[in-house]
Amino acid sequence: MAAEATLIPRKTSGLKRLFERFPFLPALVILVVLFALNGFYQPRSIGLVGITGLLKTYMPLMLLAVAQTYVVYAGDIDLSVGAIVSLVNVTIIVLMQQWGGEALPVLGAMAVGIGVGLACGIINGIVVAAFRLQAIVATFATSIFFTGLALYVLPVAGAPAPAAFWRTYGGRFAEIPFVFYVVVVLAVLLYLLARTRLATQLLAVGDDAQGAFQSGLPVTAIRMKGYALCGLFAALAAFCVTGDTASGDPLVGGKMTLSAVAAVVLGGSALSGGFGTVVGSVIGALIIGLISSLVYFMGTPSEWQNLVQGLAILLALMAGILVGRRARA
Amino acid sequence: MSGNMLLEMVRKPLVVAIALIVVLLFLGEALSPGFASVQQILRLLIVAALLGIVAAGQNLVILGGREGIDLSVGGVVSLSAIVAGNLMSGMDSGIPLAILACVATGAFFGLLNGLGVTLLRIPPLVMTLGMLGVLQGLLVVIRQGIPSGRAAPALSEFVTRPFLLGLPGIIWLWIAIGLVMAFILHRTVFGHRIYAIGSNEQAAYMAGVPVKRVRIALFMLSGIFAAIAGICLLGYSGSSFANVGEQYMLPSIIAVVFGGTPLAGGKGGYTGTMAGAVLLVILQSILTTVNIDESGRQMVFGATLLVLMLFYGRGRAMRA
Repeated sequence: MAAEATLIPRKTSGLKRLFERFPFLPALVILVVLFALNGFYQPRSIGLVGITGLLKTYMPLMLLAVAQTYVVYAGDIDLSVGAIVSLVNVTIIVLMQQWGGEALPVLGAMAVGIGVGLACGIINGIVVAAFRLQAIVATFATSIFFTGLALYVLPVAGAPAPAAFWRTYGGRFAEIPFVFYVVVVLAVLLYLLARTRLATQLLAVGDDAQGAFQSGLPVTAIRMKGYALCGLFAALAAFCVTGDTASGDPLVGGKMTLSAVAAVVLGGSALSGGFGTVVGSVIGALIIGLISSLVYFMGTPSEWQNLVQGLAILLALMAGILVGRRARA
Repeated sequence: MSGNMLLEMVRKPLVVAIALIVVLLFLGEALSPGFASVQQILRLLIVAALLGIVAAGQNLVILGGREGIDLSVGGVVSLSAIVAGNLMSGMDSGIPLAILACVATGAFFGLLNGLGVTLLRIPPLVMTLGMLGVLQGLLVVIRQGIPSGRAAPALSEFVTRPFLLGLPGIIWLWIAIGLVMAFILHRTVFGHRIYAIGSNEQAAYMAGVPVKRVRIALFMLSGIFAAIAGICLLGYSGSSFANVGEQYMLPSIIAVVFGGTPLAGGKGGYTGTMAGAVLLVILQSILTTVNIDESGRQMVFGATLLVLMLFYGRGRAMRA
């Protein structure tokens, strides 16, 4: 595809060039529209309190969508991200219970949590890239394994997080809600990661694995690094889940897996790999959040909310793919 | 020479699956005497039939290639179980209408999936994932308005009681589905077209295969099989409860893979998938008889699945 574009110089329209630079533009338009609609039905929802609440609730999904994006870059998929969230969640909860809720033990528990997420990602990488198993079924199998581990660490939901933990996540620093600091750190992190060689290599592998291999890239190692990065961000998502729910639950992440995949697609990344942005995935996660709040603010009867939400997400998925293809064609 | 033949045998997924089934039966019998009794095996086969019927549709969609996959089957199974339960509400006279309504429902959602995948060219994973969300929402709506519904006595009898030669009706149904699938896949034009679009869509199109129509038919069949499984599941459990079908979504894909159909499509068949479904169910059943807690069970199950996958169609190593 890329070769064709260089061989035949074409006059590209401004809109197309804009889209090539920012593939998440359609998602951004959907996001702005949803934001405006939310404001129309419930003006308070787009105030500081409303936005803080939205970010607090959907930060886990945003991070998990980012996690998923790095494997999707390389044309892989990780159906175990939700199970990793659960495992890290119960791990840090149990450690914080045993070590106490002061600053140092909490940070220690989080360091272990990062290690657990990373280890899970590396296991996925070994299974998919080194053993060459099919990503969908292999990561489903590892998700069962990780869920088993989570159940071993904490058999039943309900163990509380130390107050310092969730007070920080839900609190303010210098009058600014904590989640905004998370957003800033995330933005810097994503910016730095986008500039690394790994991001480019993952996209190269996803675009054409054979070609990447022939040009000397260590394809297996790159795919494994993608999964490791995914595990790392899943651990970060687990921290936010823990801050938001203030408790441990060995099954808390399970339902988030498919939402994370949907967020990635909503953000304009191609599941076939080689094309996408993490910013788009963050926007995709926010779209899912705004759709569910909009359905609520519109006064939809409670039993209809899931259906309307499901339909809206399906339509957004389809629209995003159609618009994206047209803009790229 | 004979070593090569042995290697060839071991590479055949169907042979692997059947060998593993036999090994697991012996293992189960050793771990808990009575595991491999006729009664127990029949019970296992009934559970395997439920999974196997869902996997039939999944198998067809995957065979058709272009990253074919149907994540919405779980939603259709749940929806079908509740629709059937309400149309029957415990009476045999409601069975024909229930079957008709469920099959139509399954075909309808399959049609929507198929249209999205072919006409709008939405990737199957995305399309059926979105459809799953819609189905889950629809289930919530339906659940508010009506009771959970009950299976007709004849249906429960069909699924759980011996019908012919000591086998329950559902097992005969599954065998019939297996025969029909084998006939369709290997003896009909439609079957050859499935393999054709699965292995090389462009070539199939050039050769005059109505690619879109075939693919839409595959998704409709997947919906129909899921609906039939939903009816049978209602018969098995007596009444329907929330999201019963979800447990079939990814296992149906694993049964297909264990049966020797790679997710890339174009080759494989349903006989292997049937063995794959039996294998999965026996594995789960052994783990429930062994005296370990839920966490250990899940860890062993996940790890075993990974080890088993090493036997099946691993991707090709990169070559320069």
